[in-house]
Amino acid sequence: MGLRKPPLYDVHADAGAQFTEFGGWDMPVEYDSIRAEHAAVRESVGIFDVSHMSEIEVSGPDGTALMQRLTTNDVTVLEPGDSQYSAIVDDDGIIIDDTVVYRLPDRGDPVYLFIPNAGHDEEMYDRWTSFRDEWDLDATVEDVTEDWAMFAVQGPDALETVSATTDESVGDLSKFEAQYADVAGVECWVARTGYTGEDGFEVLCPWDDAETVWSALDATPCGLGSRDTLRMEMGFLLSGQDFDPEDEPRTPYEAGISFVVKLDTEFVGRDALEQQHDAGVDETFVGLTLLDRGVPRHGYDIATEDGDVIGTVTSGTMSPTLSEPIGLGYVPVEYADDGTELTVLARGREKRAEIVTPPFIDN
Amino acid sequence: MFEIPDDRKYLESHEWTTTDGDTVKIGISDFAQDELGDVVFVELPDEGDEITAGDEFGVVESIKAVSDLYAPVSGTVVAVNEDLFDAPELVNEDPYGDGWMLELEPSSSDEFDDLLSPEEYREQTE
Repeated sequence: MGLRKPPLYDVHADAGAQFTEFGGWDMPVEYDSIRAEHAAVRESVGIFDVSHMSEIEVSGPDGTALMQRLTTNDVTVLEPGDSQYSAIVDDDGIIIDDTVVYRLPDRGDPVYLFIPNAGHDEEMYDRWTSFRDEWDLDATVEDVTEDWAMFAVQGPDALETVSATTDESVGDLSKFEAQYADVAGVECWVARTGYTGEDGFEVLCPWDDAETVWSALDATPCGLGSRDTLRMEMGFLLSGQDFDPEDEPRTPYEAGISFVVKLDTEFVGRDALEQQHDAGVDETFVGLTLLDRGVPRHGYDIATEDGDVIGTVTSGTMSPTLSEPIGLGYVPVEYADDGTELTVLARGREKRAEIVTPPFIDN
Repeated sequence: MFEIPDDRKYLESHEWTTTDGDTVKIGISDFAQDELGDVVFVELPDEGDEITAGDEFGVVESIKAVSDLYAPVSGTVVAVNEDLFDAPELVNEDPYGDGWMLELEPSSSDEFDDLLSPEEYREQTE
C-alpha cells in the first residue's frame, strides 16, 4: 500500500524537504536543518504541515454521551470554542491514543472534532461507530481526516503571523480556545493549541485550500524532525513511542497525564484506572539527561549504577536549545526523583544519567 | 551537487580516506553529512587501538539518526580528531577538512587500492 500524502506534498518537495514515513504518511522531516527549524520556533515563528493528524467529527443528540464514554477527560465542561487534551484508553486503562477534543459551534446538538494521531483515523472511526451501535446511541461519526489540512504555527511571533492573515482578533483566544476565522479568505478553524511549548495556533483548513493558507502564513517551514525535538524538550508524549498499546502499554497515570483522567465521569477503562489511582503506580514517566557524552535513543535500557536494568528510554535526542542529551522514559517510582543517578545503555556503552523532571527548558 | 574530491578514495558506506604514503586519514563524505543532517555526537576509538577494514570503528549521530562508521583499511589509530567532541558540527561544515575523524597507520598498503575511486563513488550517489 502506498503512503498517504499531505495536500502540499509537491510544495514541500519543491522547497527541498526531506521526507519520512510517519503513521502511514509521507511527511516532511526537515527542510534545511532541524537545528535551524527548532531555533525558529523557540525564537520567532515556524510553520508545520501536520495534515497527517487524523480528524473525527461527532455530532447528533447523543454525541456528547459517546465522547464522554470513549475519552478519559470530561467533555461536558467544554463550551463551543473550547478544547481539551484527553486520552483514549482500553478496558484495562491502557492508552490507545491521545487527542485534543474541540467543541465546534453547535448544529442543533453539540458537535465535536477530535484529533487522533497520524494513522489512527480508521481505528478511531471503527471504535466510535462500534461502541455507538453497541450502546444504541444516536450520534453521527465521520472520519474527516482528508477534508482538513492542518498547520501548526508556533513560536513567540505566531500571533503576529496569524493575525496578519485574518480580520478576526485571534489574539483574544486563550490557550485551548478556538474559533472559525477567515485566513487568507479561507474559512479555517483556528485554535490556540500546539505541541512545542511555545505560544501558537493550529489552523485547520479545507484540504483543497491548503496552499492558499500555507503560503499566506509567513513563517519558517519546519518538518517533523524539529516538531519531535521541540516536544521532547517539553516532555510531551508521542503516541506510538512514549506509549503504545502493543510495545509500550501504559496508563495515563504511568504516563504522567493524570490530569486528563476524570474518575467522576463514566468511560471505558474507568474502573481499571480507579484501581490504579487508589493503589498507585509502580513505574512512572520521567525525563533524564546524560552526564556523559552521547545521545539517549528510543529503546535503550535504563539501569541502576549497579547495572540492574530497571527501565527503558522511549524518546531521546540532543536538545537543540540546551545542547545537552535529553531523554524520556519509564522507571520504577523509587528511582524517579530529580537528581537520581542512573545509567543509560547506549549500544552497549554505559552512559551516566540523571533524572530531571521535564520540561527541560524554562518557558 | 555533492562535493566528491578527486584526491581520495571512498567506501560504499560513505567514508572517505586519503593517504600521504605513511598514514591514512578517515572521515565521512559530503553526501553522508547531508543525509544525516545536524551532527551532534561522534564516538571514536582511542589512539593505539587496532581497527580492521570493514569493521565498525565508531558512531556518528545526528539529531535524527545514528550511523555506524566503517574502517576503509586496517591499522593502528595514531590520531583522533578530538575537536569533534566539542564541535561535532565540523562534520557538517567541513567533512573533508576539519571534520576528519581518524588517522591510521595502515597495516598493509594493498587495501587502499580496493576502495572506490571518486568516479565510482559518484556513480553510487547519483
